[in-house]
Amino acid sequence: MKTEVQIIEHDVLVIGAGGAGLRAAIEASATGARVGLVCKSLLGKAHTVMAEGGMAASLGNVDDRDNWRVHFADTMRGGQYLNNPLMAEFHAKEAPARVNELEAWGAVFDRTKDGRILQRNFGGHRYPRLAHVGDRTGLEMIRTLQDHGIHQGIDVHMECTVVEILKEGGRVCGAFAYDRERGRFRVFKAPAIVIATGGIGRAFKITSNSWEYTGDGQALAYRAGAELMDMEFVQFHPTGMVWPPSVRGILVTEGVRGEGGVLRNKDGRRFMFDDIPENYKSSTADNEEEGWSYTQGDKNSRRPPELLTRDHVARCIVREIKAGRGSPHGGVFLDISWIKERLKNAPEHIKKKLPSMYHQFKQLAGLDITTEPMEVGPTTHYVMGGVRVDPTTQMSRVAGLFAAGESAAGLHGANRLGGNSLSDLLVFGKRAGEYAAKYAKEQKALAVNESQVEELVRKTLEPFERSGTAGAENAFVVQAALQEMMQELVGIVRTDAEMRRAIEGLKVLRQRAKKVSVEGHREFNPGWHTALELENLLTVAEAVTICALERQESRGAHFRDDFPKKSDTWSTFNLGIERGGDGEMKLSRVPLPPMTDEHKKIIAEMA
Amino acid sequence: MAKATFRITRGGKDGLKPVDYTTEVGEGMVVLDAVHQIQAESAPDLAVRWNCKAGKCGSCSAEVNGMPKLMCMTRLTDLNLDEPVTIEPMRAFPVIRDLVTDVSWNFEVKKRIKKFKPRAPDAPDGTWRMSQVDVDRVQEFRKCIECFLCQDVCHVLRDHHKHDEFIGPRFFVYTAALEMHPLDVEDRLGDLRKTDGLGYCNITKCCTKVCPENITITDNAIIPLKERVVDRFFDPLRALISKVTG
Ligand SMILES: Cc1cc2nc3c(=O)[nH]c(=O)nc-3n(C[C@H](O)[C@H](O)[C@H](O)COP(=O)(O)OP(=O)(O)OC[C@H]3O[C@@H](n4cnc5c(N)ncnc54)[C@H](O)[C@@H]3O)c2cc1C
Ligand code: SF4
Ligand code: SF4
Ligand code: FES
Repeated sequence: MKTEVQIIEHDVLVIGAGGAGLRAAIEASATGARVGLVCKSLLGKAHTVMAEGGMAASLGNVDDRDNWRVHFADTMRGGQYLNNPLMAEFHAKEAPARVNELEAWGAVFDRTKDGRILQRNFGGHRYPRLAHVGDRTGLEMIRTLQDHGIHQGIDVHMECTVVEILKEGGRVCGAFAYDRERGRFRVFKAPAIVIATGGIGRAFKITSNSWEYTGDGQALAYRAGAELMDMEFVQFHPTGMVWPPSVRGILVTEGVRGEGGVLRNKDGRRFMFDDIPENYKSSTADNEEEGWSYTQGDKNSRRPPELLTRDHVARCIVREIKAGRGSPHGGVFLDISWIKERLKNAPEHIKKKLPSMYHQFKQLAGLDITTEPMEVGPTTHYVMGGVRVDPTTQMSRVAGLFAAGESAAGLHGANRLGGNSLSDLLVFGKRAGEYAAKYAKEQKALAVNESQVEELVRKTLEPFERSGTAGAENAFVVQAALQEMMQELVGIVRTDAEMRRAIEGLKVLRQRAKKVSVEGHREFNPGWHTALELENLLTVAEAVTICALERQESRGAHFRDDFPKKSDTWSTFNLGIERGGDGEMKLSRVPLPPMTDEHKKIIAEMA
Repeated sequence: MAKATFRITRGGKDGLKPVDYTTEVGEGMVVLDAVHQIQAESAPDLAVRWNCKAGKCGSCSAEVNGMPKLMCMTRLTDLNLDEPVTIEPMRAFPVIRDLVTDVSWNFEVKKRIKKFKPRAPDAPDGTWRMSQVDVDRVQEFRKCIECFLCQDVCHVLRDHHKHDEFIGPRFFVYTAALEMHPLDVEDRLGDLRKTDGLGYCNITKCCTKVCPENITITDNAIIPLKERVVDRFFDPLRALISKVTG
């Protein structure tokens, strides 16, 4: 019997309604294109809503020495020069306009004394650069885009999951999806598709990421013939909650450290002073006094070592824990309450600056951060890698397939600076929307291959057919096994032997995934959704592992115990992943794009 | 480890019924953890919405022991575990399946509210100036995570089903955020009175009590809006002026 499939036509289909997807949809529809926007959750619930600290843009409102050149240099240095320099340039140049545009659409940022957008300090940024709203900047951003977007005639398809990209003659022609509510199938016909599906954090056990982060976009693009890049670079945020167990991994914003919070081990020592990397020595405070002045806006002070890049802070924390100097539940202490020694109204100040952190700890851990230190430890947070795209248009090597936001690679290189994601979403979301619409106008609609759709329907329903068969697996159990394994073998500190075990483990998990069965009906069935996402999770886990095994050095977020130093041999290319003719993953070395003379000059000046 | 029983509403349009699940409870667990555990152990098709697990996205709204709550922020230690804990979907909206309700009405309502319209920029570079004190109030409203718990508890929707004539507390907060935005020049008072049903609200403050973001919905949003409407439409002198000036 033929299953019914609903067919919907758009000029541009945007997959994902986080910051990147919304911004892309707004831009594309502003050009007159008919835009469809699909997302797995309800509108406004995407991951972007959780972002806390702020978005980086060199507005120069707090320190007028800031400008795009400094932001560019900071981004490149943070990414250990594996970034795409042109993307870093566009990002640094265009971020201020994108932030101001949000204000024009109704966003209400915190203000400076003279009434402009306030900016805060963050790790790796030379000047206070993050436009923010307390510690709920992502909410402000997503709501502003959402509320602006709903008046633009964008067709939003909520709670709808894309399972496969459809192609015809090497070009994109649509996407196959199902809706969660009824489990009915849909084909979105569109000559241009923007992937804006976010990250892959659910490949690991301890993560700040939600259930949505199963690497769908990366895997969809990979299967459609696009190249993935930089997948070894997974950012472990240094400060996630560690206690109680059920909240392990939930993010504690870097804003806590930006506001003066300090890291201590169980002996009360501020261990971050013990290990300041050479290339950051000149810009880092060497005493507590100077660090504090910096957080309070003293322009002549250098930053406290707590605000060094995330990869470094995370490893210092791991070192303390491994050396037995950790906190009772296997983390270290993060203390903001100490600022009462310096500020009269400290508790009020903390609640005003970090309201959701205050609530989060109060409600979930029964702890008052204005009087007690928190316990924190690293948590999987962000993937620098993703779909390889053209820096100007955001198109992948598949005609008509674009990517933006966390699902795309290039801007952040080996390590992303805090705050550079939200600005990334706006800058490259806009570009992707603009160029996707332009591309769509130049194309004629393509027919969708019916037998391919029927095959997809069959594959998608397969898990139901295995229900009750011998040796059937539970999707949640297989997913948890994958997460455990990746956390243990391909986590913050990596070695050759462990990653080889992971490669073997992934083969076994792939076999298990083939046997996953699903009970019940198609309506809003989480077991079924988890089963369908397994394939994607396995794909990105494999890509991460293969790249991490290949890169025999330590750089940015990628740390190898067996190759603990950065090496020049590895500084001239990124690692690419594509699907080979035999269906196996193929690894390649992608030479770094050249820097312009201006790029070189800026970097030499700022070093 | 201790065990506890959860009485969860199961089913969809074909009918709803409570089903008991017993599971182990550990330190620090919240209601959503228990639901997930039950999902993994014995009910993989149990439908529930969630995203952030940290009270930031407003997805996991439900009624726990009859109280509208975010499941991810409701700790088991705050509940009596000697009795079964009931977990039901929000009552003001139709059930799709189990704990998942159809909240699409809310998205439709929002579309009807006139969008933000800023005054001309204050500075030549196209930016504006606003002081922090002037945006404090609006920032309070903009904390809203759209969990719709206030909509769930409001009797005008919950008991009287005035969904066609009344936009509910969430959208009074939304409208207030626009009306009190220092840059906004749009006028929504006529709509508030005519199509939005502001008059139905009799200030019971139930919405304020359940708001997980602690937004003072009634005192800070609804009452000031009511005052503005009264000033505009029921102040005789003003009414005369507006008649004369059109
Ligand atoms: C707790 C936390 C705090 C953070 N704080 C900051 C910060 O302060 N500053 C900063 O710059 N960055 C921060 N980040 C990072 C930043 O929030 C994310 O990188 C960014 O929001 C990702 O945005 P996005 O638009 O790429 O994707 P998302 O916002 O994650 O949106 C992804 C969208 O894709 C949809 N989707 C996924 N798969 C499918 C599919 N198969 N079919 C259909 N739809 C699909 C999802 O439903 C969702 O709508 C933080 C991250 C976390 C977790
Ligand atoms: S105060 Fe008004 S809006 Fe709030 S619950 Fe009561 S009647 Fe509803
Ligand atoms: S106002 Fe409060 S209760 Fe109502 S939707 Fe917003 S956050 Fe939820
Ligand atoms: S899951 Fe986001 S508020 Fe509960």
